[in-house]
Amino acid sequence: MKLSSKIKIKQYLPYLLWILPLAFLGIFYFYPLGSIIQLSFSRGEGNALVSFWKAITDSTVRSVLGFTVWQATLSTLLTLLLGLPGAYLFARYQFRGKNFLRALMGVPFVLPTLVVAAGFNALLGPNGWVNTLLMDLFSLSSPPIQFLHTFGAILVAHVFYNTTIVLRVVGDFWSRLDPRFSQAAQVLGGNRWQTLREVTIPLLAPAVAAAALLVFIFDFTSFGVILILGGPQFATLEVEIYYQTISLFNLPLAATLSLLQLGMTLILTIIYTRLMNKISRPVQQRAERQTQRPLSTWRKKISAGAIIGILLLILTTPLIALGTRSITHLTPSQGGNQGLTLAFFKALTQNPQQSLFYVPPSTAIIVSLLYGAITVVFALILGLPAAWALARGRDNVLNKVLDPLLMLPLGTSAVTLGLGFIISLDQPPLDLRASPILIPLVHTLVAFPFVVRSLTPALKSIQPNLHQAAAVLGASPRQVFRHIDLPMIGRALLVAATFAFTISIGEFGATSLIVRPEFPTVPVVIYRLLSRPGTLNYGQAMALSTILMVFTLSGMLAIERFRIADIGEF
Amino acid sequence: MKTKLTLITLFIFTLSACGQVVTPTSPTTDQTSLPPTTQTKEQPTETSAKPETLTVMTHDSFAASDEVIQTFEEEHNVNVRFLEAGDTGTAVNKAVLSKGNPLADVFYGVDNTFLSRALEEGIFIPYHSPLLDEIDDRFQLDDQNRALPVDYGDVCLNYQKAYFEENDLQPPRNLEDLTEPEYKGLLTVENPATSSPGLAFLLATIGHFGEDQYLEYWQQLVENDLNVVNDWETAYYSSFSQAGGSTPIVVSYGSSPPFEVIFAEEEIEEPPTAAVVAEGSCFRQIEFVGILKGTEKQELAQKWIDFMLSPTFQEDIPLNMFVFPVNENAELNETFQKYLAIPDETAEVSPQDISENREKWIREWTEAVLR
Repeated sequence: MKLSSKIKIKQYLPYLLWILPLAFLGIFYFYPLGSIIQLSFSRGEGNALVSFWKAITDSTVRSVLGFTVWQATLSTLLTLLLGLPGAYLFARYQFRGKNFLRALMGVPFVLPTLVVAAGFNALLGPNGWVNTLLMDLFSLSSPPIQFLHTFGAILVAHVFYNTTIVLRVVGDFWSRLDPRFSQAAQVLGGNRWQTLREVTIPLLAPAVAAAALLVFIFDFTSFGVILILGGPQFATLEVEIYYQTISLFNLPLAATLSLLQLGMTLILTIIYTRLMNKISRPVQQRAERQTQRPLSTWRKKISAGAIIGILLLILTTPLIALGTRSITHLTPSQGGNQGLTLAFFKALTQNPQQSLFYVPPSTAIIVSLLYGAITVVFALILGLPAAWALARGRDNVLNKVLDPLLMLPLGTSAVTLGLGFIISLDQPPLDLRASPILIPLVHTLVAFPFVVRSLTPALKSIQPNLHQAAAVLGASPRQVFRHIDLPMIGRALLVAATFAFTISIGEFGATSLIVRPEFPTVPVVIYRLLSRPGTLNYGQAMALSTILMVFTLSGMLAIERFRIADIGEF
Repeated sequence: MKTKLTLITLFIFTLSACGQVVTPTSPTTDQTSLPPTTQTKEQPTETSAKPETLTVMTHDSFAASDEVIQTFEEEHNVNVRFLEAGDTGTAVNKAVLSKGNPLADVFYGVDNTFLSRALEEGIFIPYHSPLLDEIDDRFQLDDQNRALPVDYGDVCLNYQKAYFEENDLQPPRNLEDLTEPEYKGLLTVENPATSSPGLAFLLATIGHFGEDQYLEYWQQLVENDLNVVNDWETAYYSSFSQAGGSTPIVVSYGSSPPFEVIFAEEEIEEPPTAAVVAEGSCFRQIEFVGILKGTEKQELAQKWIDFMLSPTFQEDIPLNMFVFPVNENAELNETFQKYLAIPDETAEVSPQDISENREKWIREWTEAVLR
């Protein structure tokens, strides 16, 4: 009797694990999305299928789609090019300041696009540092570098934002790969290239593919970067959806474009999951102290320095430019005052108009951190069972169907989904349209795919014989999870938590949701300040962005510490 | 591990508790007169002190002084709850899509470029406020008074004074000047497809030059090296030479120069910028408020609208929202009286025309300017 019930639980375990994630996605994703798409098509004239076909054969739509795919492909390749050497360095070597560097490189991820644009502008704009320097050096009359509103600006900004994904997802996995595989290959006479090609790359492929997929979808649905840094010459599907929805209120066409974007995401994810099922295999994992070495030779030190130098150049110079802007006078012509100032930071704490919606920076930070913490909890509670189910039951039919669907929230247009919430979550007990809880729920939707993708490669690499051995020795499934799975995925769990946290902190929810103006997040306050004329407002936006950077950095360092203190090592 | 779990659980509970604490709005205004213990058993009467809640849905640029809102709340024993729903277009769309089950009692912030959408979709019910008598007829664009004007702002060219002084150049006087060779490469405008001042400026050129001539004007601007960006923030804070950019003329608001004084880094006497307000060179954006169909608090909503149109609220508008009162009896603050240039005559395009032609005009503009 007992035995049969045990077998039953084992049989149904994958299904049980799916209950929570599916209920969440069903209520907060598929239902609102389905509602808005249905409503959109019902507003159109004639047959929805005909108008759908008409839209996707339209030459403008096709060129927008073409550009969207093209820029995303190129951006992803460049991000990998920069991120992989960095991931290798972080995974295989020990050096001072590593944790700090890794946290620092995650800061771009949370910054609002307008602020990033300001950073790049201070650096590469017509009167930016680089152009001014070049003009002085070569006595040129006009700025030699045109950065804003070029295709290059889009690529650089995407690399700037997303390199951290590669560093973390690949870096974490790589740091656990047993170095003895490649050592064995070299002992057997393989040279470095052969070892890389035949051993390291195949073993690493699942993590690289997962990172590439995440980066690609982010670039594919890019909105702010295209709009602000790319300029009016460029449009992605997401930009077009916004224009059709907000400016023209052409909901049928907007829904068609949203479906097109979703379809592309789905196809891509299906290819990815197929590929993964072929190439991923369980690999013995090692603790970091066994896989990492110090940078022993000068050659290694120089290469490491070069990699870090390039990463710092691309990922942190705009941050430094931003920070500098927040503490320098912005109007040097008045009174010859060109020095440093803390006026913008002081102004942040003042409310001269006695405005109802004024919030001190501390409140905005607390609100942001609160949403961030809730998102981490929600995303892990939902993501862990889903990732576990995916890793355990590889041939399960349910898994095969659900796996690609999990990525869809990332590929969904924010405008479309935002309107979906308005029309679907409008009846008690789920009248959440104006509830503050909706914001972390939406953040969780975005964070959920990240959590699943960060955890699955780690969970899959746990060898089944470990489970069997534990079971034979009399461990219950819970004990197996606690003493085998949890320690082995501890690192990945923290990568997932970091992503959930940063996604929440950086997300600019006001564009797609109803917000309560008394409790804005930091990015919302930054946008509020930036939408007003006057140097003082602009300076305050820069100051608050600097505060956001510092807080994000501290938050991520705190998460790194947490790892050392608890489950991360074994 | 156990303690850690307990800690985490505690943390989550604290979080959810915090979430509940922060939920109610303006907690200072309620519960001032009645002890809460007896409240539940009392029959709701005229004199009952339990405040009602009025929900006002707006765009994300809405702001007001705490004190001003409190006078309304105290006078009518009500809590006013504000919901921000994104930029103007997004907020209007949300109001339209939720019209069967409205999110709020009142919607504020639909402007004349989106007015037709709101009226055609029938989201408002009419209200003939007595205060409309104090408002000039040219602001009253809906003859059924479903949407009542609250404020207006003019989208005009701004220029940096210092640039023109240093280069010994006359600042542009009107739209026509911008096609002259001496202004080559000096102008930044926003894309009308993505930016509200961008659309307003396009409408100014359509109102000024007429529908058959405006494209020709834009072609001349393109030949004169026009710079186009997608949003006001980039135009004003990256492209405009006042903020370190390279063009000394930018499309912004007529009110931007006084704000450069009010929000200057250090106190200054004169605004460093000025607006071009010559005849027909600006477009006037008028913002409206309306009672949402389906509200159960129509009477209260009417009181709120009267309040928004009254001098108390109207005089509070400029410093919070950077736009100006429509009520003739509302007085402007000193800085505005000194530095604000209000055009005598603006370019006119009716909401009806905007609604019917928006897509066509933007498409034609895109073909002429961006391709």
